[in-house]
Amino acid sequence: MSNIVIKVENLSKQYRLGDIGTGSLAHDINRWWHTIRGKEDPYLKIGESNDRTKTGNSEYVWSLKDINFNIEQGDAVGIIGRNGAGKSTLLKILSRVTAPTTGSIKVKGRVASLLEVGTGFHPDLTGRENIFLNGAILGMRSNEIKRHFDAIVDFAGVERYVDTPVKRYSSGMYVRLAFAVAAHLESEILIVDEVLAVGDAEFQKKCLGKMDEVSKGEGRTVLFVSHNMGSINQLCNKAVLLNNGNILDYDKTSTITPKYFGLSNDSNSVSVHFRKNDKANTCFFECVKLFKNGSKEPNRELSLGDSLTVQFKINKVANSPVKIRASVELKTAEGLKIANMIDDDSKFSYTLNKTTVFEVYLPDIRLYPGTYFISLYVGDTSSTETYDYREDCISFEVVDGGTLTTRPLPKNAGILFLTPRWNIADYEN
Amino acid sequence: MSAITEKWDIEIKPKSKLLDLHLRDVWHYRDLMWLFVRRDFVAQYKQTVLGPVWHFIQPMLTSIMFLIVFSKIAHISTDHADPIVFYMCGNIIWTYFSSCLTNTSNTFTANASIFGKVYFPRLVLPLSIVISNVVKFGISIILLLATMAYSTIVNGYPFYISWHWIFIPLLVGMMAGIGLGAGIIISALTTKYRDFTVLIGFAVQLLMYITPIVYPLSYLSGKKYGVIVELNPLTYIVEAFKYCMIGQGTVTLNGMLYSIILMFVMLFFGTVIFTKVEKTFMDTV
Repeated sequence: MSNIVIKVENLSKQYRLGDIGTGSLAHDINRWWHTIRGKEDPYLKIGESNDRTKTGNSEYVWSLKDINFNIEQGDAVGIIGRNGAGKSTLLKILSRVTAPTTGSIKVKGRVASLLEVGTGFHPDLTGRENIFLNGAILGMRSNEIKRHFDAIVDFAGVERYVDTPVKRYSSGMYVRLAFAVAAHLESEILIVDEVLAVGDAEFQKKCLGKMDEVSKGEGRTVLFVSHNMGSINQLCNKAVLLNNGNILDYDKTSTITPKYFGLSNDSNSVSVHFRKNDKANTCFFECVKLFKNGSKEPNRELSLGDSLTVQFKINKVANSPVKIRASVELKTAEGLKIANMIDDDSKFSYTLNKTTVFEVYLPDIRLYPGTYFISLYVGDTSSTETYDYREDCISFEVVDGGTLTTRPLPKNAGILFLTPRWNIADYEN
Repeated sequence: MSAITEKWDIEIKPKSKLLDLHLRDVWHYRDLMWLFVRRDFVAQYKQTVLGPVWHFIQPMLTSIMFLIVFSKIAHISTDHADPIVFYMCGNIIWTYFSSCLTNTSNTFTANASIFGKVYFPRLVLPLSIVISNVVKFGISIILLLATMAYSTIVNGYPFYISWHWIFIPLLVGMMAGIGLGAGIIISALTTKYRDFTVLIGFAVQLLMYITPIVYPLSYLSGKKYGVIVELNPLTYIVEAFKYCMIGQGTVTLNGMLYSIILMFVMLFFGTVIFTKVEKTFMDTV
């Protein structure tokens, strides 16, 4: 007897782009005419992979194409991928909101999906009434909800407001209540889309804790979509990496998340030229290069103590000079933000008159060995308008070695390698 | 491999069998159905002072309007019934039917935001709409009885009580069946091409004039256009309702059979097409 609770076989989903009107009616009639003659759907043969940035020739795209994977009982599986990779489509099919075009999914046990927090909440009803309504929408019977009612109210921490219409709730309380209902579902499989982006930090921690408890403690299966690699790492033991509707990899989380960052266009080369941003009307990033220790040759491999220069070119489109604010962000391969270095903080400000090359010099890199990602931002001086933003556009490696230390630096020991001054205290406070 | 013997609870496939209607699923979600009904009522009267009294005001004003236009101005006969009772009677059964039809016909478009996020048998929603309309109809029956009492006391008409009243639940059920059947067919047709939604608003209004609401069926006998009214399955239910309730109306066995058969045909096709559409409507709504 296998432990497989979800079996996805050759799953594909096709979407038609563009507007619905007479054009789609002609296709529908043609499709119907093929079906009644017992022929195959003519539009299934065409269709392109779903790369949203390129203009395609076909009106039909495959949001998912021939996906196969199995999930075992008790696994917490993270589903990751860039925007438009097919994550949400996969979740929608799994939660039966829409049907696949071809292929099938077989499931053992009840599925509860949380694609949105508070589905079906009615603003005029009280917290109590909404708990029952929302629970029932998620598939609970009334007596089940009654049994968990106190636990739900307690988890949400809204006891005082339970007989007040939810439209009087603060948005945080609303979300707390909604998540609390879903968290108490008695289903064998729980599907969660990025709903934790709301609520305060304490509550997010509580939610993650609850999901952790559900998967590890109760042996239930959890599927979790998020862009936050931190929570994926924390919660999931396995991860599926999707790209343009295909599975790139399915393995242990720790091996998958670094690959997610590797997905951004050629980020592991020493210099990156960006595809032209046609929408930019003020300025945009043209290219970025990395240099080590002031050398003229681009380099992306550093040791502790080396200096790093990030060189990027901002191309000006606007006719008049623009005052800009630029920043360089630094992230770990797991997605943890380490630093956001804004020009202003370094007492640097610049008015863009023409296309300009900037250099950001970071002396004495003290990062533990691993891959680090750089994002570039340029906007107006009040940071209200973004002119261009290139997330995780280039990366560099910190490798063992260098002059500062010879001892091995295990990754889980920290991020920063610091050498503070140590001395013996000659008195006690 | 144990693949053959393995048992799967749910199989998600592109298409289901034509007659796989998930009625067992609907039964599992019966609590949700009641909660939707409750939500309709509770939410409607939050922050109103008069609350359910509003249910009386609308049919009262409409009936008075009918009285003025069709009886006082156009002089259309109402057989032997007091005109106000006659109009009230037709009015409440028509309001009931038309709200069953119009409210179920936009099931998909009106609830797209819920349907897009969570799965439950979609049929639960139109069913809950019908149930809330039955409850509202129950309330308006009280109004009708009050009108009949008024007619007895003030206008001197005899108060009609009959054992025929026991058929009323059956007629209410048939009315719901036709409303639901037509409603879900329309809702399934309008998810992708919304042309019909424009139609439905005034079609219901036009339909009322080919149903004996403001005139009795007997008024049409021998008239040229009577055939149109006789083809309408609602005609027989409305007439039977009036006959049971106030003792005025034409009931024929053929007419009733015609209505019942048509109701089952519509319900059957409605459910089949509805379950077919509900699987992918999110992509096109």
